[in-house]
Amino acid sequence: MKEVWVFAEHDNTKISQTTFELLGIGSKLASDLDAQVCAILCGHNMESLAPELFAYGASKVYLINSPHLQTYSAEPHAIAISQAIKAFDPEIALFGATPVGRDLAPRLASIIGTGLTADCTGLAIDEDKRFLQTRPAFGGNLMATIICPNHRPAMSTVRPGVMDKLARDPNRTGSLELFTPTIDPLSIRAQVKEVVKELKESINLTQAKTIVSGGRGLATPEGFALLNELALAIGGCVASSRACVDAGWIDKSRQVGQTGSTVKPDLYIACGISGAIQHLAGMQESGFIVAINKNESAPIMNVADIGIVGDLYQVIPEMLKQLRDLEG
Amino acid sequence: MVFTERHQLMRKLARGFAERELAPIAGLIDETGEFPQEVFDKMAKAGLFGLKAPQEFGGAGADTVSYVIVMEEITRVSATASLYISSPNSLSSAPLMLAGTLEQKKKFIPAAASGKIVICFALTEPDAGSDVGAIASTAVPDGDFFILNGRKTFITMAPFSDYAILFAKTDPKAGTRGITAFMLDMKLPGVSCGKPEKKMGLNGCATSDIVLENVRVPKDSILGRLNGGFSIAMKTLDIGRIGVASQGIGISQGALDEAVKYAKDRRQFGSPLAKHQSIAFELADMQTKLTAAKLMVYEAAQMMDRNENATAQAAMAKYFATEAAQQIVDRALQIFGGYGYMKDYPIERMYRDSRVFTIYEGTSQIQKIVISNMLLK
Amino acid sequence: MRIIVCVKQVPNTDEVKIDPVKGTLIREGVPSILNPDDANALEAALKIKDEFGARVTVLSMGPKQAAFALKECLAMGADDALLLCDRAFAGGDTWATSNTLAAAIKALGGADLILAGSQAIDGDTAQVGPQIAAKLDIPQITFAIELQLKDSKISAKRQTQTGYELIEAPLPALLTATRDLNVPRHMNAALLINATETEVPVWGLKDINISEDETGLKASPTRVIKSFVPPLKAKGKIVSDISAVIKELKAKRLIGGVSS
Repeated sequence: MKEVWVFAEHDNTKISQTTFELLGIGSKLASDLDAQVCAILCGHNMESLAPELFAYGASKVYLINSPHLQTYSAEPHAIAISQAIKAFDPEIALFGATPVGRDLAPRLASIIGTGLTADCTGLAIDEDKRFLQTRPAFGGNLMATIICPNHRPAMSTVRPGVMDKLARDPNRTGSLELFTPTIDPLSIRAQVKEVVKELKESINLTQAKTIVSGGRGLATPEGFALLNELALAIGGCVASSRACVDAGWIDKSRQVGQTGSTVKPDLYIACGISGAIQHLAGMQESGFIVAINKNESAPIMNVADIGIVGDLYQVIPEMLKQLRDLEG
Repeated sequence: MVFTERHQLMRKLARGFAERELAPIAGLIDETGEFPQEVFDKMAKAGLFGLKAPQEFGGAGADTVSYVIVMEEITRVSATASLYISSPNSLSSAPLMLAGTLEQKKKFIPAAASGKIVICFALTEPDAGSDVGAIASTAVPDGDFFILNGRKTFITMAPFSDYAILFAKTDPKAGTRGITAFMLDMKLPGVSCGKPEKKMGLNGCATSDIVLENVRVPKDSILGRLNGGFSIAMKTLDIGRIGVASQGIGISQGALDEAVKYAKDRRQFGSPLAKHQSIAFELADMQTKLTAAKLMVYEAAQMMDRNENATAQAAMAKYFATEAAQQIVDRALQIFGGYGYMKDYPIERMYRDSRVFTIYEGTSQIQKIVISNMLLK
Repeated sequence: MRIIVCVKQVPNTDEVKIDPVKGTLIREGVPSILNPDDANALEAALKIKDEFGARVTVLSMGPKQAAFALKECLAMGADDALLLCDRAFAGGDTWATSNTLAAAIKALGGADLILAGSQAIDGDTAQVGPQIAAKLDIPQITFAIELQLKDSKISAKRQTQTGYELIEAPLPALLTATRDLNVPRHMNAALLINATETEVPVWGLKDINISEDETGLKASPTRVIKSFVPPLKAKGKIVSDISAVIKELKAKRLIGGVSS
């Protein structure tokens, strides 16, 4: 039976969410190809992680076992997986477009001599059983669909957060296949000396992907506490229009607009901001704009993708409640 | 205009510098009147102070067109910053290149090109502006020295200059033929600077008086010939004109860019300003004037690079480009309406900064004298 | 010490316009720039040159006009430049491109350190760097945010999802630079003048000892079969149902997609 491979990313204790997303799309591709989806679990004695891979849809788990694979490093991983690919000849191999996947997959594809498509946002099998890999290029201005006609496996890295994972089913099982690669220690030249977890709180507005911004409509400085709560819930930064900075409610470094920062997040939520032209100048290039305002004809509504007409002190708590419900 | 690869790259250098280093702080420089040393150092490192100085004197050996491009791009973002470039490239290096001994060139040009020293150009006096022959500062010989007395006024960068190229009367009865240029060490006893002037614009580049009280200057600090100063001053201003002309097109481009952006964003009567013909036509007029000014400035620069006499061409370029700038910046501000009058937008600063362009380094009226003299001779 | 920096001239994607009917890029009037990450790679090389002394060669593959980007690198302080330009190189995917660049690096006599930008803003693949490393069979450090050279080893921090990895590798090695690695210097006017007085050498297929089948479109495992413009943003709407808003944001992956 043909196989669709999914590289399982983990930190020796748990499998990454991206991996489950890959298993989700991998299962779909596999069913269209009459193939089975298999997870590639590299590490040292990591079989304890296999059940979770089955639970999210893997039919088979290849346990690629070697002490050299204990921590992630490009050289031994590329050697090991290339040997497995030569041994089992998969049809497709998927990796997360994560710092690990984007380090490993290119080196691996180069060694195997096959095609690799980066950062895919759409994967499908067409009626001719061709594997269509769709990805953005030119800064998202253009989408390209790419195939890999004559080389196997066709390899892709897949953008995290785009594919749907299957519902977890702890009763699902599959087969476990052990593979022991031959890794010459001398072939591992780059050494990972230290793995440091360090998440910096992003206050750099210009780099932020999500921004929750408040304006005069907050009416009091305490309104920013509510915005903070929303920002925390959706992983964003808090920003402000000039009015609140001038009023001394928030630091000048948070100001968006003509005399503040120009920002371009994926999501900009404008709360109680009327949308004076100076403010619009700093945020209208945002990917998606949600405006919460009492006044339906406020200028901010002209640039908003979604306008919510209402009192932000009612709308935001309701949003927070809905978000919590979704999590639960 | 078709630009060579060198000139395209030079524009990239200047525009990159302006956008990365100057755009974020141009408003702050104006507001505080302080020009960050760090940015000055970066300008030096990018070789912007030594653009025109020959490579054997530590410069880049670039041509006049390159200089115009750099001045245009820098002024487009920060007119104040452009003064730091025009000074070493024009007013302080030109007299040295024209009249300096090899020793003087070696001592001063590389140091000015690398930003290690600042040299100002001290010609204007309280009663001698356009009328250069009327200067009253005196230099009286005393053995191996000259004793300098007098007062210079509106001297750009004087308060932080290490040297001044200073013009004084060595033969008070001889009018313009009795003026001598000195390389004045600003640390000499008897040299002091007045309080920095409170200016309408170009804040962040201090301008002050230089006061001379019995300053003993060694004889070897004479630049050029004794009593030969007037011609050095005139030739320097002749060369310098192109720099101010470049400031004219630079600030016009900056104002036009701002106006276009605003006219597309700002909505009144249900549509963007740009969709109103009265505004669109205004922009068309501005663009046309600016294009004409650019052609004149670049033509003058090319003539200078071909070693042709460009006196009239440069005077016309300075006159036209700086007067056009008054109109273009003014109309740009008008398009901004009330917002243009506020300091939130750079247009208000450009309006103030540009005003002096028709005044310094030869007023528009002086340019007309130069142009008509050439025409009627 | 010899450092080779791989750079690419790219269209400024901020100014790219799309023909909405044909679904193709309108290249006309879009300025070409030195790929931003590549400027960081060059800066890293120049820092090493400033500190320890090194010969820094910039290498690019592209059309004749790409010499302009190489001259920009020379004006920043690179010692020499080489442009790979041949009809046979054209149309390659990352596998073929890295094969061509690796062959050129070998033909140049190799290098102690090879630097490249993490990714180009037009293709955004981040694949060419590590694929060159694989083809030269040297270690790689991708997405570097810090770099030090000591005792003929490089030590670098590699950006990860949750922080960074500290990696040490012996030379020769390849490192790809992110924009966090450093701040690229400006060009210098004198170097710029000198750069425009020299011609950038151009190498073709014959100069790098590979065959026509090992480069360009012919050697590319992948094929682009379709390109299209992503659907235009719909005009904004006014809603009152907050749960619908949350659902839409979720569906667009604007919220709740930040799981690790």
